[in-house]
Amino acid sequence: MASDSDSDEDFVTYGTPLEPLEEDEPVRKPVPLHEQTVKDEKGRFQRFHGAFTGGFSAGYFNTAGSKEGWTPSTFVSSRQQKAERQNAMPQDFMDEEDLGEHGIAPREITTTADFVSGRSNPIQKKARELSAMRGPIPGDTLLQDLVAPARTSIGVQLLRKMGWRDGQGVGPRVRKRKLRSDKAGSELRAYGCVLPPKRSDESEEDNDDDDDEEFAPENVTFAPKDVTPVDFAVKEGVHGLGYRGLDPGRALAGGGTRGGHFNLFTLDSDRTTSLFGPRAATRRGGVAGQAFGVGAMEEDDDEEVYHKDAMSNYDTILGGEEPGDGLFGWTAPQQYKKKKKNDPKKDAAYLGKILEGFTLASENEEPKTVFPPPVLPRGYRPVHYFRPAVDMSGVSPVVAAALRESRGHMTQPAQEMVRHQLDSTQRRELLGETSLQGPSSVFELLRPEDLEKLSRVRQAAEEKQSRPDLTSETGRAAVVAAAKASALQALSSRFQSRPQGAPESQPQGAPESLALAAWSAPTADTKNTFKPFDKIPHKQARYDQYLTLLRKGHKDALEQSLDVCMTEWERGRERDEFVFTSLLYQPSSSALSSRFTRSRQADNDDTVEVPRDTENDVDDKQAAVKMKMFGKLTRDTLEWHPDKLLCKRFNVPDPYPGSGLVGMPKVRRDRFSVFNFLTVDPTASCTQASSSSSSSSSSSRPPDSGKRSRWDISPSAPPAGQKDPLSALISEARSEASRPATETPTIKTEVLEEQQTASGEKREEEEEEEAEDSRPPMDLFKAIFSSSDERSSSSDESDEGQEEEEEETERAGADGKAGAQTSGPVGFSRIPQATPTAPPPTLPTHLQGTSTARGRDVSEERGVAPPSTASHKDGGQEEEEEEEEEFGPKLPPHTSTGFPWLREESQSGRSKENRKAKKEHKHKKDKKHKKKQKKQKKQKVKEKKRKKKEKRDELPSSSSDSNSDDDDDDEEEGVTTEELLKRLKSIRGKL
Amino acid sequence: MAFPAPRPQPPQLPQHLHRTIDCQQGAVRAVRFNADGNYLLTCGSDKSLKLWSVSRGTLLKAYCGHGYEVLDADGSYDNSQVCSCSSDKTVILWDVASGQVTRKLRGHAGKINCVRFNEEASVILSGSIDGTVRCWDTRSRRMDVIQILDEARDGISSLKVLEHEVLTGSVDGRVRHYDLRMGQLNADFINSPITCVCFSQDGQCTLSSSLDSTVRLLDKNTGEMLGEYTGHQNKSYKMDCCLSSKDTHVLSCSEDGHVYYWDLVEGSISLKLPVGKGVVQSLSIHPTEPLLLTATGGHVQVWGAEPEDTQEGAMEPSE
Repeated sequence: MASDSDSDEDFVTYGTPLEPLEEDEPVRKPVPLHEQTVKDEKGRFQRFHGAFTGGFSAGYFNTAGSKEGWTPSTFVSSRQQKAERQNAMPQDFMDEEDLGEHGIAPREITTTADFVSGRSNPIQKKARELSAMRGPIPGDTLLQDLVAPARTSIGVQLLRKMGWRDGQGVGPRVRKRKLRSDKAGSELRAYGCVLPPKRSDESEEDNDDDDDEEFAPENVTFAPKDVTPVDFAVKEGVHGLGYRGLDPGRALAGGGTRGGHFNLFTLDSDRTTSLFGPRAATRRGGVAGQAFGVGAMEEDDDEEVYHKDAMSNYDTILGGEEPGDGLFGWTAPQQYKKKKKNDPKKDAAYLGKILEGFTLASENEEPKTVFPPPVLPRGYRPVHYFRPAVDMSGVSPVVAAALRESRGHMTQPAQEMVRHQLDSTQRRELLGETSLQGPSSVFELLRPEDLEKLSRVRQAAEEKQSRPDLTSETGRAAVVAAAKASALQALSSRFQSRPQGAPESQPQGAPESLALAAWSAPTADTKNTFKPFDKIPHKQARYDQYLTLLRKGHKDALEQSLDVCMTEWERGRERDEFVFTSLLYQPSSSALSSRFTRSRQADNDDTVEVPRDTENDVDDKQAAVKMKMFGKLTRDTLEWHPDKLLCKRFNVPDPYPGSGLVGMPKVRRDRFSVFNFLTVDPTASCTQASSSSSSSSSSSRPPDSGKRSRWDISPSAPPAGQKDPLSALISEARSEASRPATETPTIKTEVLEEQQTASGEKREEEEEEEAEDSRPPMDLFKAIFSSSDERSSSSDESDEGQEEEEEETERAGADGKAGAQTSGPVGFSRIPQATPTAPPPTLPTHLQGTSTARGRDVSEERGVAPPSTASHKDGGQEEEEEEEEEFGPKLPPHTSTGFPWLREESQSGRSKENRKAKKEHKHKKDKKHKKKQKKQKKQKVKEKKRKKKEKRDELPSSSSDSNSDDDDDDEEEGVTTEELLKRLKSIRGKL
Repeated sequence: MAFPAPRPQPPQLPQHLHRTIDCQQGAVRAVRFNADGNYLLTCGSDKSLKLWSVSRGTLLKAYCGHGYEVLDADGSYDNSQVCSCSSDKTVILWDVASGQVTRKLRGHAGKINCVRFNEEASVILSGSIDGTVRCWDTRSRRMDVIQILDEARDGISSLKVLEHEVLTGSVDGRVRHYDLRMGQLNADFINSPITCVCFSQDGQCTLSSSLDSTVRLLDKNTGEMLGEYTGHQNKSYKMDCCLSSKDTHVLSCSEDGHVYYWDLVEGSISLKLPVGKGVVQSLSIHPTEPLLLTATGGHVQVWGAEPEDTQEGAMEPSE
């Protein structure tokens, strides 16, 4: 290890030496940890799992074995051949690496120690002797000594050839004198952190046994002292490490060591020396030791009873100082007592206490030379302030004087122009060049008339610019830009010397006047302006003052509003700020912003999502259906994405995993593309065919909207028994409805409305307004259409509320209608249920309550379901027509008729009662309607009223019946087509 | 082994009236068997839903909570829950035993015509007049719709669920068959508003009745028509049709007060069962036995293949 510098090259080196560092070589980056890879002999990377978790990866993908993994190959067990017990050797679990040269069980031919003959190593012998002494049987090694193995390792043989002899240490020969002198020469004392002087083994040995050095001739070199191998005694017993029990022989020996206290924690090597060396001191008799306290018989009280093991007993430096006994690497507690006492000179020279673990430096350090700082010139100021350039023109002399005083000097306005501010002609003059020949300007090349034109244009533009239009957006932008530029210019100009001639207020003049123009305008709304300096109240106050002055139209508003106490620089800055902000937050802009709001969404989004695949070719399909060729022709197979959760709930794997789509795949198309809404009207041809004869309005029918209602196909499927007068009437009504509504302001408007549902959208709205204006009296409706009490509640009390509800629903229906019409494709077409005779809406609606019954009536009247009780003929005349918005196939009627197994008497009796109750409801409702329609004509109403009153008089006050809606259909049954026709005609005649 | 297997009996048609139940709930909009066929549900126009025993004709429970007439109902496979839909645009999931509303599902824009559980009652599907089928989750606490099937262009009139398939009939004249496993939608064009759709018992065919008074049997996979059944009357109302429990006969309501039985293969009317004078609004066939429920007006009839011996239940229960 640490040795003399001249003997360095004689060491045997193992491994590749590091490259010598050069002086100005850039420091090499250490290889980062993740790049320090381990490879096996075939160059494959090996992963290190950690020392306790398997070490390096092994085998095929970390499986310790083949591709198939580790298999107990020898395991065979059958009835005849039982598995033999395998005695696994450790080698069975080793791979070739373990058995290799550097493995744990190398397989190669080596010399073994057992049969080596030769001279035994005295040191080994010594150590063996030692261990034999400590062993259970003293003199155990005798047997080993008798059988002397003839063995010398190759190293020993080599060493011998090199001149080494047994008993010598390994290393270059040394001479003792030199070291001595070396030691004597180390007189210099060093303070601070200086490495302790190097000590060779030899010097330590010197120190160790001073008594050895009696003879040391000058020219004789010695072999280095041999090192005693560390003798590791096997630990036995359960006591702690380093503890040694009492030695009974010692206790009885009488004379102990001089200290009286036998250190239980000394090194074994120390003990060996004490055992064998001359230092074996005598000890008094008596039992002492750590296990026992201090007896009363002990004489010396100053003895350290409670032995404390101090940290200073241990090595605190790795490899710094070697323990004196040459036990390299052994870092057990070691007391440095020898060192302390062996160099008294040093200790004497240094008076202070040397800290434990420290030694005095052998060499003096070079004293640092401190150079005196340079002498500062007089008047030097370490900090430099940038002061704004103040010119004297606008400042009062007092202020100027104060400024000059405070700063020492004032910026002298630059007399000569800066080089960069000269223009080309000036530079030319300075340089003494002659001007260029030829036309100096482009304008000279122009014809005079063109020039004139140009100048005119420019004049106009200048005029415009001189009075910028603040209301226009571009004008304001220009103003803001100008203000910005001027503010910037002012700011920058403050830091450089300004030309003398340029008046300061000049650049500000334009924006100031602009601000004045903006704020003093009479239209300016200055009530609530933006407060830009809200955080600094006094500044805001000044700004407000400035604004008010501006409003009043003061020219020098800015100067007046500024604070006089402020410095000129601050004032200049604030001036700029005020002008700038006043221009930015003009009153007009705030007024405008209050009037308009930003659009929430981008308007330019002109696309709309449209299903990618649509069910198409309805014409073909219809043809196919007619030919009863169901199958491919009528089937559309589309891609449809169920929701992930839905699939989960149905216990079905997601058919399109990973697609975020739900429903039909959609594509974005142009929002206003016709093709989005263009669905081929499947019934167009039929409709045309059937309705062209009946009505003129059908020709004006717009193309079908997106969602088709089944009503669209209605004309195509007229019932067989259509040739009755009813259809004729309907067609007539329709044709009338197509006329202008003003001509027939009575029911026809209603019919018209119905018609319009099928027809155009905008037209409908208009005409609906018309219809509103010229609405026929309510009684007419009542006469024709059934009253709206079909959804009668089960009790009278709730009647009112119900009616309100109804109104609401009606209104909502109307609204919905309008919405549907305007929105186009989405809305359902309204289903007119107007005339009972109407065949075109052949498919009646989903009705509820009495409406269902009425629906049924309709069908009955068409001859579809004729069975009806004739007894109710009188009742339902007014109720048979109604305007309803219903869709889809209607619910079946709720009849209580026709159960052969039921007693008819009770039924009929009850139904009569119900009918009465029903009527009561109806009349009440009618009243309501009248209230609603107050402005309508009254004459006809009166007639009707009279009729009603008569009817009402007939009715006794009826109790509410929960079954009312069950039976109310009875009263509407049996209105024959003839009667209806008559009635309608009479109404028309009245009009 | 010695005896030959008994000749298969000719399919028995439920044609004998066992009993009539006066439901006392206004018009019966729909009558449905429960999953095992021991009970029946009636949807009344008086906003109530009632549960009856089929064998005895007694009222077991009335479920009140809808705001308008109840239009359809379905029972879960384990009979623990019932869902119903109504004109008040809500679907209500009921607890059968307590009669409490478990959840009320809102979202449809119009009245709801039909409602069905899926096989595990984890999803409720409801078809509305607004043209959408909404799939409601019954498992999670969220009341949101799982998915909206808005492919129909008009109101949904009928809806059936079979395992992972959903069959909807719409007023726009199309029968739509959603296959969740395939991720496919098959739309069969019928050209007439569909009033009722159903699967055949073997799940290979679909039956659809439309307002052109025709019941059609279509192959589910190809859409080809396997049979057409006419003779009844169905022009204006939403009426039910179904297949018998062994797929031998096609049944349909009629507006003339009869229930028509057609032979499935031949397409001929095998029986015309007179039910009443009014329209037969709804019918439901027992899942296994030859038992049929019909609804006309405010009454429900139970029909069996053989005349019942005990006639005490034939008359309407006095309540």
